[in-house]
Amino acid sequence: MKKYLIGIDIGSTCAKTAVMDRQKNIIYKFQQPTGWSSIDTAQNILGDINRLGIDTGEAVIVATGYGRISVPYADKCVTEITCHAAGARYIYGVEKAVVIDIGGQDTKIICIENGVVADFLMNDKCSAGTGRFLEIMANTLSVSPEDLCEMARNGSDTSISSMCTVFAESEVISLIGRGEKRENIAFAVMDSIASKVASQAEHLIPREAPTVCITGGLCEFTYLRELLADKLHCSVVSSAGGRYAGAAGAALYGEKLI
Amino acid sequence: MTDYHEMWKELGMDIESHDTLCEVLPNAIGDVFLSQENRPKAMDFWDMVISEVHGIRPHELIEEQKKGRKVFGTFCVYVPDEVVIAADGIVTGLCGGSQFWVPAGEAVLPKSTCPLIKASVGARLGRTCPFFRIADMYVGETTCDGKKKAYEILGEDVPMHIMDVPQMKREKDIIRWKEEIAEFAEKVEEFTGNEITAEKLGESIRIINEKRKALARVFECRKSECLPISGRDALLMMQISFFDDPVRCAEMCNRLADELEERISNGVSVVPAGTKRILLTGTPLAVPNWKLHNIIETSGAAVVCEEMCTGTRYFENLVDESKTTLDEQFMALSERYMKTNCACFTPNTGRIDDIQRMVKEYKVDGVIDCNLKFCCLYDTEKYSVSRALKNEGVPVLSLETDYTDTDAEQLRTRIGAFVEMLNA
Ligand code: SF4
Ligand code: SF4
Repeated sequence: MKKYLIGIDIGSTCAKTAVMDRQKNIIYKFQQPTGWSSIDTAQNILGDINRLGIDTGEAVIVATGYGRISVPYADKCVTEITCHAAGARYIYGVEKAVVIDIGGQDTKIICIENGVVADFLMNDKCSAGTGRFLEIMANTLSVSPEDLCEMARNGSDTSISSMCTVFAESEVISLIGRGEKRENIAFAVMDSIASKVASQAEHLIPREAPTVCITGGLCEFTYLRELLADKLHCSVVSSAGGRYAGAAGAALYGEKLI
Repeated sequence: MTDYHEMWKELGMDIESHDTLCEVLPNAIGDVFLSQENRPKAMDFWDMVISEVHGIRPHELIEEQKKGRKVFGTFCVYVPDEVVIAADGIVTGLCGGSQFWVPAGEAVLPKSTCPLIKASVGARLGRTCPFFRIADMYVGETTCDGKKKAYEILGEDVPMHIMDVPQMKREKDIIRWKEEIAEFAEKVEEFTGNEITAEKLGESIRIINEKRKALARVFECRKSECLPISGRDALLMMQISFFDDPVRCAEMCNRLADELEERISNGVSVVPAGTKRILLTGTPLAVPNWKLHNIIETSGAAVVCEEMCTGTRYFENLVDESKTTLDEQFMALSERYMKTNCACFTPNTGRIDDIQRMVKEYKVDGVIDCNLKFCCLYDTEKYSVSRALKNEGVPVLSLETDYTDTDAEQLRTRIGAFVEMLNA
């Protein structure tokens, strides 16, 4: 008799785990940096699960994320597209929506219809518009990504034109050199991310009353959410749980395997 | 296996470098083809040909050259094989499909050239492909800009004839293509020293039509709910058909089709019932480019049709065999070839009509539209292809890739998600 549904989402920078009971309530969730080796990360997660007193024999385990193949104890691997869609549906209670997942190194736009994936786009060729871009720019400005995002609220009228992260970084450095206000530089960074993401999302956003939900590592960055809403001309929802959408979706998938 | 080193040396090939290419091929063939279960018996022929792809056929070509026959190398399905064969010449496809050849191509071409062109130029200049050495004359065409300019570079190294392919399909363009074909015929006569008569051209038209019909028979079997052959195997057959003798090619394809028809009547399928059926469309897949088929078919789906030049565009539409004068025959050739729908033309809505028709004929669950990196023609057409299909409720996945393996995992995620979506 299986008592638990466990979803493990090994992303490029962060690994998220969600443990559900059979009534599909999340009873535990935890995260850790992915580090150099997703195989080691997967082993650490197994240790964490055991420490919670969970016997993996009583659990269905589904792995997702780019490191999904590194989880030898998983019953199944499912792509992050399917899992983020299922997770967003669970967290936001939507049957028809566009999910924007801004991950560490990629961005996914997923269109959900009747509760399942109807279409999707993925950008994993370049880091513009991803968490990685934000991290690099925050480093350059010597602030945390969270602080950079909030600082941006008070900035305006500055922009970065390069799409390439490396060139964008040198633009930021020259803005600093020119004595531009940090708030304005922060605004330029956030605006660049939001523009990039919005231009990708536009392809999949339906004309009539779309619901847009954010999942992934940047879902708690409220100013980013506001910028996106502004650029997409629609309301954008996010919640702290959005970070666990992939893991929750993977856990839910386990139900199909029982 | 026969040792072909002497032959390669005589062809002036870079033996050392070529040996490294020969080393990796058996593994790839093992992984992609031999690992499959329940393959049609008739695939033995293509397994043999591909395992010695730089030996068996090149050796045959050289033997024919010794008898005085000329070999013409081509790069596009617009170049009419019939004309060459009517003058007792031999045609061989020359498109490069491996990353192995790309660096030698990049030595002279911009990096932002499509990998097919870079590999083709690299295979010639790097002296690492016997077919590129053997061909007495290359036949290029004015299709995409990348190829046009690359032919100028290749032309410095080997005799080259360029055919001026129209960019539109108006009546006057069809007439113009007919004139191009007639001019090509003169060139071939001069180069081979053989006259092209209406009788000989009639015979070669028949030969190539038979080859087309045989390829079409295999594809007809792929329309069955009970799928008797994997996409990988069908692709291999297709790719080799560009190199093989057309009469033998027809014979082998017919033999394969016989077996496939029997499989269908016995209910033998290579995939479990309910496996999602994929139509692949886009830029050509030259040997040994098996990357997409391999990823799709190891992600739980099956490729049932390729709307590509290494696919339906190669064999659909026959040339009218009833014409008796050269002039009429050239026109019949032009009419048939101008039905091929390539993104080099504008408008090219015929391609979308073809895809929509094939989605129905091949009972397709989803379409994957993929172009080689830096092919802006097919890349641009993705927009209209995906819009037209989505309007009809057909799921589409648009991809872009090259010959490297670096994006294999990213492709696996996209294709895996697409298959999960079709299964949901
Ligand atoms: S894609 Fe166009 S240019 Fe390339 S082989 Fe086909 S017809 Fe020729
Ligand atoms: S794939 Fe595109 S760019 Fe490459 S040779 Fe064919 S038409 Fe030209």
